[in-house]
Amino acid sequence: MSDKNMLEVTDLTKHFQLKNKKQVVHAVDGISFSIPRGKTLGLVGESGCGKSTCARTVIRIYEPTAGRIVLDGQDITDLSQKQLKPLRRKMQMIFQDPYASLNARMVVRDIIAEPLFAHGVIRSKKEAGDYVYPMLERVGLTREHADRYAHEFSGGQRQRIGIARALVLQPELVICDEPISALDVSIQAQVVNLLKDYQEEKGISYLFIAHDLSMVRYVSDEVGVMYLGQMAELCEAEEIYRHPLHPYTKGLLGSIPIPNPKLARQKESSGMQGDIPSPVNPPTGCRFHTRCPYAKAVCSEQAPCLREVSPGHQVACHLY
Amino acid sequence: MEHILEIKNLRTSFMTSNGEVQAVRGVTFHVDRGEILGIVGESGSGKSVTSMSILQLLGTTAVIKEGSSILFDGQELTTLKKKELRAIRGEKISMIFQDPMSSLNPLIPVGKQVAEIIKEHHPDRNKDELKSMVLELFDRVKIPEPKKRYGAYPHEFSGGMRQRVMIAMALANRPELLIADEPTTALDVTIQDQILKQLRELQRESGSSIIFITHDLGVVAELCSRVVVMYGGLIMEEADIDEIFENPKHPYTLGLLRAIPDIGQDKSRRLTPIEGTPPDMTDPPKGCPFAARCPYARNICAVKQPEYVQLGEGHRSMCWLLDERAPKENNPFVV
Repeated sequence: MSDKNMLEVTDLTKHFQLKNKKQVVHAVDGISFSIPRGKTLGLVGESGCGKSTCARTVIRIYEPTAGRIVLDGQDITDLSQKQLKPLRRKMQMIFQDPYASLNARMVVRDIIAEPLFAHGVIRSKKEAGDYVYPMLERVGLTREHADRYAHEFSGGQRQRIGIARALVLQPELVICDEPISALDVSIQAQVVNLLKDYQEEKGISYLFIAHDLSMVRYVSDEVGVMYLGQMAELCEAEEIYRHPLHPYTKGLLGSIPIPNPKLARQKESSGMQGDIPSPVNPPTGCRFHTRCPYAKAVCSEQAPCLREVSPGHQVACHLY
Repeated sequence: MEHILEIKNLRTSFMTSNGEVQAVRGVTFHVDRGEILGIVGESGSGKSVTSMSILQLLGTTAVIKEGSSILFDGQELTTLKKKELRAIRGEKISMIFQDPMSSLNPLIPVGKQVAEIIKEHHPDRNKDELKSMVLELFDRVKIPEPKKRYGAYPHEFSGGMRQRVMIAMALANRPELLIADEPTTALDVTIQDQILKQLRELQRESGSSIIFITHDLGVVAELCSRVVVMYGGLIMEEADIDEIFENPKHPYTLGLLRAIPDIGQDKSRRLTPIEGTPPDMTDPPKGCPFAARCPYARNICAVKQPEYVQLGEGHRSMCWLLDERAPKENNPFVV
């Protein structure tokens, strides 16, 4: 096994043309990051920050407008869908909505076996059991569940089925697009632990997209904070929580309600002003300047670059 | 009277083709004047159905069963006629929901919709008076450029803005009780923070009582003075805010506290989920609804529903582990 990164993304850009007007949605604008083998990058941000678009562009559900995507040392940016197909065994996705992402007309066995057929791993239904049953048990379900339909399960169980489907091909990179947001809190921890245990066992990498900064901490080795299509801060997971540098990160952390009433009463007002601007007309210069309590003149004129300001800690801000 | 709302033995079921779904199975609690009470629970706990029962906003398949009592300011709501309930809704008791879009007509400008609510309860006001009342409300909930927004349509507002409009509508007639059913769950955390601050301020100003329904213990810690924890259609535990976090006395409450991430804490703590899934309310468990998932369950738990044990001022919990006959081993509540 080589020591190169499992995934390397450079200056990834994805713009969407609006149908009626000449306007463009700057969903993702120059994002760069890398994920080593067996590690997890958590990508966090709020509505419109582009994290989901980023995930879908990496996996080539969307075509990138610019930038490079290198999967396990191979540049996949310009490969055709046909050329990509064999590589998709290495890269799988878990979706946010456990209700919409499973085919309502297929039983669980067929849902999990579908990727096996698609990649020619099995050719007959008889062989499916050898892969499906161990996978079901691995995600905490049972063989008896294989003959049921998705609607017979709860949200958390459906998410497990989605995970089983994503893992059955033994991928090396799994992109998790908000896999726990739709689940009850007591179930979220079940799914997070399952993903972590599997990673320890198999050494797979995750790109974990979430808007919940507090949950991301339990899953990630590195965390990237996105705002309006750009990377505001990128560093080791604990660093983000201990020494956040970007004003947006600080505001985000300060907005998270703490499940501790005494601390909550002491907490000073550190939330954020204003609404998130539209990605169709992002603010000039630093996109965060309209809400930033530290904004200076230069902030509205010049966009700051993402630079390393301390070992392993990158931030895009004129304060540094 | 101290209690603005007093609910006794509320039982609400849905009569469906699959059988009776017993969503709320005997819930008793009260809300004091001027307090913010949190109702915490996950899917299927019955928290939303409980609050919707107060204003009878459930569909035709819902039945509030015999023996249930909902006293608002001394008046029994379960036996009111439609006309009398309408006089209370939006005036004395208001409600806001998780999805503001479902409560706003997409074809009518927002200002007009808020004016409509005020007019419903103040028919004597003329157009100009109504408009200035609406603008004042927009100002109160900090909607920027209120005059411009008055004529705007709901789709021109962001999620957070729409929720502010909902709050404006809910507070338009200065209700004594506001019921907020997960109003910030669908919002970004920075916007949620703004909305919660606003609710706190408005509550301080107006002195209205609030029932805040959520699954988020962090929000509860920030906003509420008292909490009711529901599971499987019943109240598991009820306590003051500090008590519930520092001295929880129910395995479900304990489980929830261990399962949630705490941004203030060290990462070294691994999250401990509650194994299993919530019960099927068409066939609710015989004994304690949490027994199947409880790490401390004894034989009696699945068979017989526990009685409430009073644990001090305002603190009660429904759990066999608290019974004086309960064994000491594997019992987290032994002193």
